[in-house]
Amino acid sequence: MSTLTTNYLAPTGREEAWRFTPLARVGGLLEPATEISGVASIRISNPQSDVNFSIVGAKELPAISQSDDLATLRAREVISEVTHIEIKANAQLSEPLILERSGLTGKPQASRTLISCGVNSHATIILHNSGDAILTDEFEFDLAPGANLTFVSLQEWNGQAVHLSRQHAIIGKDATFNSIVVTVGGSLVRLLPTVEFSGPGSSADLQGLYFATDGQHLEHRLHVDHNVPNAKSRVNYKGALAGDKAHAVWIGDVYIRSNADGTDTYELNRNLLLSDGARADSVPNLEIETGEIVGAGHASTTGRFDDEQLFYLSSRGIPAEIARRLVIRGFFAEIVGKIKNEEIENRLMDRIDAELAKVGA
Amino acid sequence: MSTLEIKGLQVSVATEVGFTEILRGVDLTIKSGETHAIMGPNGSGKSTLAYSIAGHPKYTITGGSVTLDGADVLAMSVDERAKAGLFLAMQYPVEVPGVSVTNFLRTAATAIRGEAPKVRTWVGEVKEAMKALNMDTNFAERNVNEGFSGGEKKRHEILQLELLKPKFAILDETDSGLDVDALRIVSEGVNRVKSNSDLGIMLITHYTRILRYIKPDFVHVFAAGKIVEEGGPELADKLEEKGYAEYTTA
Repeated sequence: MSTLTTNYLAPTGREEAWRFTPLARVGGLLEPATEISGVASIRISNPQSDVNFSIVGAKELPAISQSDDLATLRAREVISEVTHIEIKANAQLSEPLILERSGLTGKPQASRTLISCGVNSHATIILHNSGDAILTDEFEFDLAPGANLTFVSLQEWNGQAVHLSRQHAIIGKDATFNSIVVTVGGSLVRLLPTVEFSGPGSSADLQGLYFATDGQHLEHRLHVDHNVPNAKSRVNYKGALAGDKAHAVWIGDVYIRSNADGTDTYELNRNLLLSDGARADSVPNLEIETGEIVGAGHASTTGRFDDEQLFYLSSRGIPAEIARRLVIRGFFAEIVGKIKNEEIENRLMDRIDAELAKVGA
Repeated sequence: MSTLEIKGLQVSVATEVGFTEILRGVDLTIKSGETHAIMGPNGSGKSTLAYSIAGHPKYTITGGSVTLDGADVLAMSVDERAKAGLFLAMQYPVEVPGVSVTNFLRTAATAIRGEAPKVRTWVGEVKEAMKALNMDTNFAERNVNEGFSGGEKKRHEILQLELLKPKFAILDETDSGLDVDALRIVSEGVNRVKSNSDLGIMLITHYTRILRYIKPDFVHVFAAGKIVEEGGPELADKLEEKGYAEYTTA
């Protein structure tokens, strides 16, 4: 147990970074007085020979990136141990490494994890968050040159869970980072998928889906820092919202620095409002300091159900309820299909179906 | 033998300036095995007739009736109409992202037939129908109408016609956007379904071109929201020669 000793100040809600977040519902994680225990919360369910798993003292393994996110700073402050997962150089994992995180206490906890991917390694890691949580955590990914990592983060928390999280990748020369974030559970989830590059020829592909129902607050704040030349990034987040006071927030910040010639970036956020009373905030930001780029663009759409799609399906005898389900599954299929795991795909779609049925959308 | 009977059908659509009447009393009876061509100039209300029968929510029925073997079609939901035996081949089939043709066809067939088709026979059935329409097998893995060419969309409509086996098909400008080869393949598909199932057809078209492939028993000229002249196939020849001028200026 530890309380803060530094001159940390809790956010007031007026800060740009916190203006959408209902601070009263973050389980005290941001209050200096709250006791937060550090926890090594992750276990590997299918250990593999090319993967080292260790828990080391926080002082031996300090954070590798800068952050001004208060939830992250709190986590760094209070934890005493860091979980370190290393993918060996040149390793080619034949199956995804599954990380389970469940059985948290439901009391304020913090966790920090570093995932290091060796030179020219190739791996898929799937993090499965479930159960209860009041958690602030940080993942850092260190991709050596030529590494290829697909990181799937599944937020399948129960209905009371609170989860504040940063997932930050530093992508080396010619390395590729694919992030797939799926947030369907939790009372309040605020997740920051962020990337920076440490060498040219690198690329980031950040995909996500969220499905918010009655009273859920699901917030994703992306930040792509194009700080090297000739890097590429793609962002594609899709969300659906149904039920009273369902709230989704998507922020997509892309920063192209003056030295980042040859940058190629595009970000997209699409929201589907399935009922009244739901609200989606979508804010793409593109800041460009050099004109010598391949391309930079963004798009954001928030729309209601497409009646023409429903009519088309219904006119083939498909009942309206099944037609809606097909359209929603179809809307998410683009993202879910990228996980390339049928069991997870079915589990997620079943959960979405069940939540839809619950809100009667 | 089935009968689709349209009596005094009046239909309006909501616009910015209020309701606009589009159909002004349409009378038309189609029996199984009959092909009726509905021909008329653009904007005469042909497509409105098609969509109103199928139940598109954009249109408001203000008068008249549509019955299928005596059952009140207008009281049915959209899917119920399809289950009752109506099929609308659309002029602009809608894209449904993320839903594969395979999944869509099977879901539709399950709904129409009241039970899921047996996997083994179903796969063969779909393959055969696709082959007959000159469709590539990878077509089934694509998303419904997404990125389809005009010709592919129309073939996909006729594929559904073959698999869902309705009593009556409304073909809304199925010939539009088709080159000669595609028109022939699509028409042959319609004729094949008709010869196998005694399908009744309402063939909506602007041009007489498709009538060379799908022979109508009756031709109805549609203008300003109603049928203004009726006859046999010879009426189409007259339209080919003289156009719609006499109906639009009258």
